[in-house]
Amino acid sequence: MISLTDQSFEPGALLTAFSQDRSETGAIATFTGLARAERGATTTLELEAYPGFTEAAIDKIAQQAKARFTLDDFHIVHRIGKIAPGEAIVFVATAATHRRAAFEACDFLMDYLKSRAPFWKKETGPDGSRWIEPRDQDHADIARWESTKP
Amino acid sequence: MARVLLFGRLSDVAGWRSRELEADSIAALTALLSDEDADLAEALARPGVQVALDQEIVRGDAVLTARSEVAYLPPMSGG
Repeated sequence: MISLTDQSFEPGALLTAFSQDRSETGAIATFTGLARAERGATTTLELEAYPGFTEAAIDKIAQQAKARFTLDDFHIVHRIGKIAPGEAIVFVATAATHRRAAFEACDFLMDYLKSRAPFWKKETGPDGSRWIEPRDQDHADIARWESTKP
Repeated sequence: MARVLLFGRLSDVAGWRSRELEADSIAALTALLSDEDADLAEALARPGVQVALDQEIVRGDAVLTARSEVAYLPPMSGG
């Protein structure tokens, strides 16, 4: 399942719900990304999406992950709109028969969400606003998966 | 009339998010936008800017119709 929300969410509750009624899943991995204050330099983070296009692009990424790591299931929640430091921005849960697949799929999904999912992120603080673009590290993170394609 | 959408820094630079404009192709539309706003022209020409036509990424030019939706997408950053 994929959802975009402009409301804050509680990662623990999402994990509890995701874990229920699974008799064949042996492993669930999760990742929660939080908005950082950058020592006071950031007071608000704002995330923009392209409704419809963003969900479809995330679904393509998630279906790749599902096939590549033989996932039983996944759940991706991504915030849009204004976010305060300390709030969760993204939650990814992956369910698989064994742990390695669950860990790797979660890692893969986050690498692709960082620089391939249609979101635009603006940081605002006492010194004004700036748009965040993918760093070299984000491109290097994606390249790991491209070079080890099964 | 094509519906034109700007995202991220592009809408900040241009001062608008959505407009209806007359153009026969993506190349003509980009030229029209660039002619009327030098700052937007510079922002559109930056590396990593992609174009989506009716919510599909297109590389190169494409023909537009009256119901086309064209979105200019700067480098993406989620998570």
